[in-house]
Formats: sequence, C-alpha cells, structure tokens
Amino acid sequence: MDQSHPIKRYFLPKPSYWPLLGSFGLFFTVIGIINIIHEHWYGHYFFMAGAILLAYMMFGWFSTVIHESMSGLHSKKMDKTYRWGMFWFIASEVAFFGIFFGALFYARNISVPALGGEIASKETHALLWPHFQALWPLLKNPNPTAYPGPSEVIPAWGIPALNTFILLSSALAVTFAHWGLQRNHRTQVNMGLIITILLGLTFLSFQAYEYTEAYTRLNLTLHSGIYGSTFFMLTGFHAAHVTIGLTMLTIILIRCLKGHFLPEHHFGFEAVSWYWHFVDVIWLFLFIFVYWL
Amino acid sequence: MNIKRWLFTTNHKDIGTLYLILSGTMFFIGGMLAMLIRLELFHPGLQYFQPNTYNQMITIHGLLMIFGAIMPAFVGLANWMIPLMIGAPDMALPRLNNWSFWILPFAFSILLSTFFMAGEAPNFGWTMYAPLSTQFGPPSTDFLIVAIHLLGISSIMGAINIIATILNLRTPGMTLMKMPLFVWSWLITAFLLILAMPILAGVVTMMLFDRHFGTSFFTAAGGGDPVMFQHLFWFFGHPEVYIMILPGFGIISEIIPTFSRKKLFGYTFMVIAIASIAFLSFIVWAHHMFTTGINVYAQIVFMYTTMLIAVPTGIKVFNWVATMFRGSMTFETPMLFALAFVCLFTIGGFSGLMLAIVPADYQYQDTYFVVAHFHYVLVTGALFTIIAGVYYWLPKWTGHYYNETLGQWHFWLTAIAVNLTFFPMHFLGLAGMPRRIPDYALQFTAFNEIATIGAFILGAAQLIFLYNIIMTIRGGKHASAKVWESSHGLEWTVPSPAPHHTFQT
Repeated sequence: MDQSHPIKRYFLPKPSYWPLLGSFGLFFTVIGIINIIHEHWYGHYFFMAGAILLAYMMFGWFSTVIHESMSGLHSKKMDKTYRWGMFWFIASEVAFFGIFFGALFYARNISVPALGGEIASKETHALLWPHFQALWPLLKNPNPTAYPGPSEVIPAWGIPALNTFILLSSALAVTFAHWGLQRNHRTQVNMGLIITILLGLTFLSFQAYEYTEAYTRLNLTLHSGIYGSTFFMLTGFHAAHVTIGLTMLTIILIRCLKGHFLPEHHFGFEAVSWYWHFVDVIWLFLFIFVYWL
Repeated sequence: MNIKRWLFTTNHKDIGTLYLILSGTMFFIGGMLAMLIRLELFHPGLQYFQPNTYNQMITIHGLLMIFGAIMPAFVGLANWMIPLMIGAPDMALPRLNNWSFWILPFAFSILLSTFFMAGEAPNFGWTMYAPLSTQFGPPSTDFLIVAIHLLGISSIMGAINIIATILNLRTPGMTLMKMPLFVWSWLITAFLLILAMPILAGVVTMMLFDRHFGTSFFTAAGGGDPVMFQHLFWFFGHPEVYIMILPGFGIISEIIPTFSRKKLFGYTFMVIAIASIAFLSFIVWAHHMFTTGINVYAQIVFMYTTMLIAVPTGIKVFNWVATMFRGSMTFETPMLFALAFVCLFTIGGFSGLMLAIVPADYQYQDTYFVVAHFHYVLVTGALFTIIAGVYYWLPKWTGHYYNETLGQWHFWLTAIAVNLTFFPMHFLGLAGMPRRIPDYALQFTAFNEIATIGAFILGAAQLIFLYNIIMTIRGGKHASAKVWESSHGLEWTVPSPAPHHTFQT
C-alpha cells in the first residue's frame, strides 16, 4: 500500500487533538486582537500565544494529512471529498468578497446619490448637507471636517493595470507548473512555482507602495470617507488573501522540492492553484469596479 | 467517563451528542433570560431591571437562541442522522467535524462573558443595527463581533462537511432523488450556510472597522448609510431564517409518514419546494425594512417576492396533510409535536404574510405582532421540530424508549403554554405595544400577564423534557432496530443503539 496504490476503503482518522488546539488558538487570537484594540497591555501576549498555537496546529494537522496521503490512505473518494471541500470553501470566500462589493455598489448607486439629492427624497439633501455633491470617486465627503476626503485617488492605468498583468501572468505560471506536474517534469514544476511566487511578491510590493502613496501623499485612508472605506477593505482583504495564497504556494514548493506529489495524485497542489486562480479572479473584479469604472 | 473521548473525538455520533448537549445548555440559559424578560413584563412599570439591563437580556436571549440553541441542535441532528440515513461510515471530514464543534464553546464563552465586562453586554438587539452598535455600542460589542466570527467559521466548516458527506458518501444505489428528505433539507441548508455566514462575517467586520478604524460604511457624514447596515445584515438574515427552519421541514417529513403508516405524499415536490424556498430567501431581505424609507417600487417588489414564498411553503403543508389523509395514524409524542408544528407553524406563516403587506407592515413594524410572528415560526416551528426529532430518534441513539406518559405531559403542557405565551402578543402588537421596551401602557396589562404565566409554564415543561431524556439515556424499555412500527429507511435497519461505527465502505 503506497501513494500510487491507495486503499479502497474510506479512511477514517483516529481521535485527534489538533482541532481542540486550533480552537484554543482561535480563541486567544481573537481575544488578543480585541484587547489590542482596547489598548490592554496583555492583548499582544494573547494574540501572540493564539497565533503561535494556530501556526503549530496548522503545521501539525497538515503534516498528519500529508503523511496519511503519502502512505496511501486516501482513496479516490477521499480525493473527491477534498475537491468538494475546497470548492465550497472558495465559494464561501466569494460570498465574503461579495458583501464588500455589495457595500461598494450600494454606496455608489444609493447612499452617495441620495445624500447628493439625486435620488430618494430631496429633504435628506436639503436638511443635512445642502452643499454636498454626489460624485464618484468621492473626494469631498458630506461632512469634510469629520471625514476629510482624499485629494485624488489611485488611477487605474498605472500600478493597478500593471498589477493586473502581473497577477494574470502568475496564473499562467501556476498552470505551467501544473502541466509540468502532470507530465512529471519536476524542473518545470519548481520553476513554474518559483515564478508564481516571485510574481505574487512583486504584486504585493506594488500594492504596499500604492498604500504608502495613498496614505502619505493622497490622504486616501480608511478615514477618508466611503471611498477610502470600500477601497481599503476590498483591496486589503484581497492582499490578505494573496498573502495566504503565497504562503500556501511556498509550502507546495517546499513539498515539490522534497519530491512530494505524483502526476495522478496531487490534490494539495491543485487546491492551492484553485485558490490562486480565485484570488486572481477577485482581483479582476477589483480592477474593474474599484479602480477603473 | 473518559474526557479525552469527547475532546478529541472524530466520531459523528459523539460529535452529534456534543452539539445536542451544547444546544440544550444554551436553550436553558436563553430560556432563563426569557423568563426574566417575561418577569419584568408581568406588570407595567419598571419592576426588576433597568431598561439597559433589559435590552442586554433581549439581545443575548436572541443571539443565544438563534446561534446557540436552534442552529447547533440541527447540526447535532445532522451529525447523528445523515451518516446513518445514507449509509456513510462517518462524516466525510471527521477531524474538521470535531473542530466545527469545539469552536462553539469558546465562542459562547466569549458571548456570555460580555455580561461581566465593563459597560456590560451588547444592548442593541440581536440585529445589531448601526448606529446603535457602531457609535453607541458598549466596548463588549467587539467581543460579540469576534464571537460571531468564530460561529461563522464553525458553521461554514460544518456545512462543507455536510455537503461533502451527502454528495460523496452515499451508499451505492442511493441516488439523490432517493435520499430521505431530512438529508435533502440539510444539503440545501448547507448551501445557504456557505453563502450566508460569510456575509454576516463581512458585515460585523465593517462594524468593527466603523467602531475603531475610522471607516464610514454606516455613517452618512462620510458618504455611507446606516440603512446599508440593514440591507447587508438582512441579506444574511433572511437566508438565516430558513437555515433555522428547513432542516425542521426535513424532520417533519420523516415523522409524519412513520406515524401515518403511509409514504410521504409528493416527494419530488417537497424537494423542489425546499430548493425554491432557499432560492427565494435571497431575494426578500428588504421586507424587514419597509419603514426605513426605501424606494416604494422596491417595497412592492419585495412584497411580492415575499408572498411568493407562501407557494412552496403551502405545497409543503399541503403534502404533510395529504400524507396523513386516510393514514392509519397513531399519536406518539414525536407525532404530536409534528402535528402541532404543522398547525402552529402555519399560523406563523400567515402572520408572516400579513407582515409582508407593505401598508399593513407600516403599522405592525416593531410591535409585539412581529415578536408573536417570529416566535411562532421559531418556537412552534424550529424548536418543535427539534423536540419532535429528539423524541423520534432518541430510541435509536440510546437503545431505550423514552417514557411516553412523560412525553405526552411534556407535549400538552408545551402546546398549551406556547399559545398562552405568544398568542396574546398578536393582540398586543395590533393594539400598538412596541417591542424591546421594558415598560408599557396600562391597557396592555392583562395580555402581558397571560403571556408571562404561559412563559413560566412553558419553561417548567421543558424540565420534564430534560428529565425524560436523562432517564432514557440511563435505562428504559429496550428498543428494537425498527423502533417504530412503520419506520422506513437505512437508519432503522441497524441495531438500537446504533453501533459506534455503523457502516463500512
């Protein structure tokens, strides 16, 4: 019994302490975050403890699963389970981004025009902020003292367009790596993955540069009204997902260098490439609706 | 007893039991809060609690009952029954299953600990409307937010597990259209969870950012809108309502055929009806917001989509009744609860239809009529299906029959008390008594007294339920594999209690 001749029976794991450890990790992490926000001195310690526990749990749990997979315990059905699992996990992530896009569309099409007196009752506009003009990108907020608007916003056809190109190329690179794996060309796999990771890192660096520009030069911040709010929430969560994707790609690269994965049995690899494509598609929507239109 | 067995378990039956125990605990804590609320409302005037404390109690009561009692109970039943019903060796991802459960006690510890924090517990109702929760929420609101994040993570992982189990681990020959309806209802509920819970997570994240990081999602001064909170919240909230009732529909569709000794009437239409209700649940959210000043044409559209839900729901009620028609019926406790469900849930459905009518809703909004409505669909709806399911499957889980006499007592006390508690609220609401207020005008006194007396009987009756369950676990008349005379399905072919590892593949 090995990886290329897996068992027929559906594998049922023995009792495991990883999940409970993960719960403690999550618990301390979130408690830590809130206590940091509330400026309690122990917040950082809780957060660090939680983060370390979570990292240890993930390392341990995934190692166990990888070990089980390599010793041929994963039947065809198990492979399918992982496929369904990853697919619906990504679906839930899509819903998560969907609600922030929903907020963006609502702000652009309903709340800002209503405050400007273009739709809904004219009284809101007349009584609250009669001088407010509904424009998008919103540079001058209804109450500019409480929420000073940005002086300008990031133009689509600069760094964002370049980043679109970079991310799309990285999607090609990860597919190139996948083809390599299917034909068992290990150099092609490793090269493809390294290129993907480098492109991802370039993307993140540009994004970091753009954020610095926004904060230091353009006064485009979380605090600069609904434009900044939606801009940073959408791009910020996307960047966070790119970081998660890069972490996963790095782990996959390490596993490839160790000689893991077979041409016919490599769902761990595919799951990560699915995730990377998901991050990519979300970016296309971001580019169109946040930067461009 | 070996504590490690429960902490590290990867067995769907153990995890199902854990879910049910957690749900029972939260049900009794939430029930205590309900008793305190009714105590305060027994007489007009401020009797026992300050308004702020009262508001904290209704908030935590709502959150506990929804996320702590109803949802985990259904997941517990799913864990126990789905693998047995489809002939699966276990849930598809057993360790993930354990994690889904063991996140919950942490989340509810955070939620309940808010009572003891500086500034006390959240006091803006379970709907967390901005700006009450953003500009005016107590510091503990942030802990509520992360508790909700944890609940969301747990629900999404649980739903993924259920989908993978149902789609992947059915016994050979069990095609999708041969699955028991409880399994169908959970498959569709799991999709709702996967699409709805991330939305809630996103909304509370915006809340957190509005509170601490200067964003203006729900502040008009920065171009946002407090009404946007309601749109986003109810875009989650309405699917959530069906997450809490669809598995119940499934349970009732198992119980009624068994005790009517007939096959379920219109299986295919039952499946289609559940799927259509699930679909419609995503396009009706604004009926919670008719009085917020949204566009009048939008109100009309949402009124009609809402009324459309009556069609599939009507199909279901009709099919349950048609199943009983000319059946040779007996009235054991599960069947009694199922029958009460069909009658009383229909009342809740009708009051829902009344609330869907835009001009009428202008009058009903935020009155006790709404409270009456959603308690009819959640208590006599969701909760009754859970109780019915527990009585129905308890012999399969424990190997013993429960005490039927106590069961009948539990049923009749509950059925009478629940109507005493919630039916007068319809009248109170129509007469204009507002919800979420600890005090009221004198003319509302009589109905409030009746409701409070009913609530205390209702609470006491659940102790009979608890006692009956504990006694059944400890002993009782031995149950056969089939348990009920006319039970039908794979789960009734295995011995009672079902062996720890039931099926192999």
